[in-house]
Amino acid sequence: MTLLTAMLRRTALGIMTLFIVSVLIFIGTSILPGDVANIILGQMATPDSLAALRAKLGLDEPAHIRYFIWLSDLLSGDLGVSKAGAGAGTVGTPISEMLIPRLANTLQLAGAVAVVAVPFAVTVGLLAAMYPGTKLDRAVTFTTLGLISVPEFLVATLLVLVVAVQLGWLPATAYISGQETGMKLVRALAMPALTLIIVASAQIMRMTRATVLNVMSSPYIEMAILKGVPRRRIILRHALFNTIGPIANVIALNLAYLVSGVVIVETIFAYPGLAKLMIDAVQTRDLPLVQACAMIFCATYVVLIFVADMVSILSNPRLRHPK
Amino acid sequence: MAEPIDRTDTATTFEELPDAPPRRRLRLSWSGKLGVCIVAFWMAIVFIGPSISPYHEADILDEALFIVPGSDNPYPETDYQPPGSVAWLGTDYLGRDTLSRTLFGARMTIGISLASTLLAYLVGVTLGIAAAVGGGMTDSVLSRFNDAILSIPSIMLALVMIAAIGSTIPILIVLTGLIYASSVFRIARSLGLDVKVSDFVEAARVRGEGLWWIVTREILPNVAMPMATDFGLRFVYVILFISSLSFLGLGVQPPQSDWGGMVRENLSGLPYGAIAPLVPALAIATLTIAVNLVVDDVSAHAGGRLAKRMI
Repeated sequence: MTLLTAMLRRTALGIMTLFIVSVLIFIGTSILPGDVANIILGQMATPDSLAALRAKLGLDEPAHIRYFIWLSDLLSGDLGVSKAGAGAGTVGTPISEMLIPRLANTLQLAGAVAVVAVPFAVTVGLLAAMYPGTKLDRAVTFTTLGLISVPEFLVATLLVLVVAVQLGWLPATAYISGQETGMKLVRALAMPALTLIIVASAQIMRMTRATVLNVMSSPYIEMAILKGVPRRRIILRHALFNTIGPIANVIALNLAYLVSGVVIVETIFAYPGLAKLMIDAVQTRDLPLVQACAMIFCATYVVLIFVADMVSILSNPRLRHPK
Repeated sequence: MAEPIDRTDTATTFEELPDAPPRRRLRLSWSGKLGVCIVAFWMAIVFIGPSISPYHEADILDEALFIVPGSDNPYPETDYQPPGSVAWLGTDYLGRDTLSRTLFGARMTIGISLASTLLAYLVGVTLGIAAAVGGGMTDSVLSRFNDAILSIPSIMLALVMIAAIGSTIPILIVLTGLIYASSVFRIARSLGLDVKVSDFVEAARVRGEGLWWIVTREILPNVAMPMATDFGLRFVYVILFISSLSFLGLGVQPPQSDWGGMVRENLSGLPYGAIAPLVPALAIATLTIAVNLVVDDVSAHAGGRLAKRMI
């Protein structure tokens, strides 16, 4: 019962957050100077043709009316049509058609990163926390500190320098046409994925280590040590279950964090993903496309945070009764 | 003092009060000391960099400088030159001195980041403490709004806004400051809430102190230390953020040099083994790692409470 209440409360909060986000995105994209009608007509704009096109596109309505039209379309799954896409050819293309291949590419990249980075980083982080002060622990702490304090593009640059230029193992750019399978796909994904794996792993390792050490310093672990429980048993039996919630939180946070990582990485490696589509859309001021991309990114983030919260609540009954 | 007191030094008296926290001196580890040295070095460069740099940041070096004595080629290449006596750290893709551009770029990268972080703190701490103290409606409106901003990836927000209003240095500072104000808000609010319910604030309220007095004399001093640690971390994030924007071509605009932009413009030299893209990248790395080393020591001094909050 209380569990259900807690879940309902979090769900309501999540929906509320998404609503505010949608308003913010709408306001943010509405202040772009020069509306879409201007861009489509370009040099041919006359006051009459501008007014006619604005009426046709619904741009002459007041802002709050446009917001609710946009929101109801969005909720019914109609993302609208691209109004000023990159290249004149995309004007009028349904946005969902443009988004789906790009989204698939980004999910492919993010999926590859998650599958490799999460188990690897959590294991190393756990090992570092189990043996604090050892060489392994110090190596992990130092390397990850170095990695999280340098920009993603430095990691990517060094990787290109070593793997693509010096060793010549992999291509420096990733071109995905959608037909790749097997080894070709792996080769195309390798450089961007490797960059993101390194960046995300460093974060996850650091946070996992901090979380487990935090649990290890709690009174009940001290009690277990004092009564002479073997170290392995303390970690696997006493500490592990109490770290699941926080670690799930760490993983979800870092997967959400990949969203901003992909912007840089997709740009460096010219990877045709959603983030790159969004940057292009911002440059061509394709409002509906920008709004759709931004909503997808924000919804992903909110959902991941929601999942993290749920796992925490499930693994720690005390959170079900907020004081 | 109207009344004569038998104790001569009131300051020591207060420190000796039984419940006053013991005064500990901040002890830096060797890595912390190294961090302080590097940060001090870059801060000095911000001020004296332009005056000690051999050339101006926008100067394209003259071909005559690169003529090898005894060679009959009067028009030598000037771009992507390796380090030498003319340009100590080599030249970039246009034949400009990498060292000079890095020295000039320090002012831009560090200056903008520092200004943005200060702005983020001004806005974030003010609103965060206001939310913590105000409670009720103020708190829930500000917090909901803040959650929404936090749920937009900051780079997305910046990209949309920069495309909308362009990218000049003041816009960059204000935009970054406001984006990072939301995470400062969250920390300031949670620290403020902790302090607000403590006994000494209760005592101050009971003895009839005003709201302003309580905020400035009781709450702010008590959140200052953890906030200082967070300031360092936030500063690192802002440096990375600004550099990333410049790297995407949306931050500081050429010909002004800034470290992120320098990496981008010289990337094409990487296959030829030019060090031009590596110098500014290493500058960013040394600065951010140094700040982190200092922050680690300070947060250990503050009892490591902040480390938990950062997760």
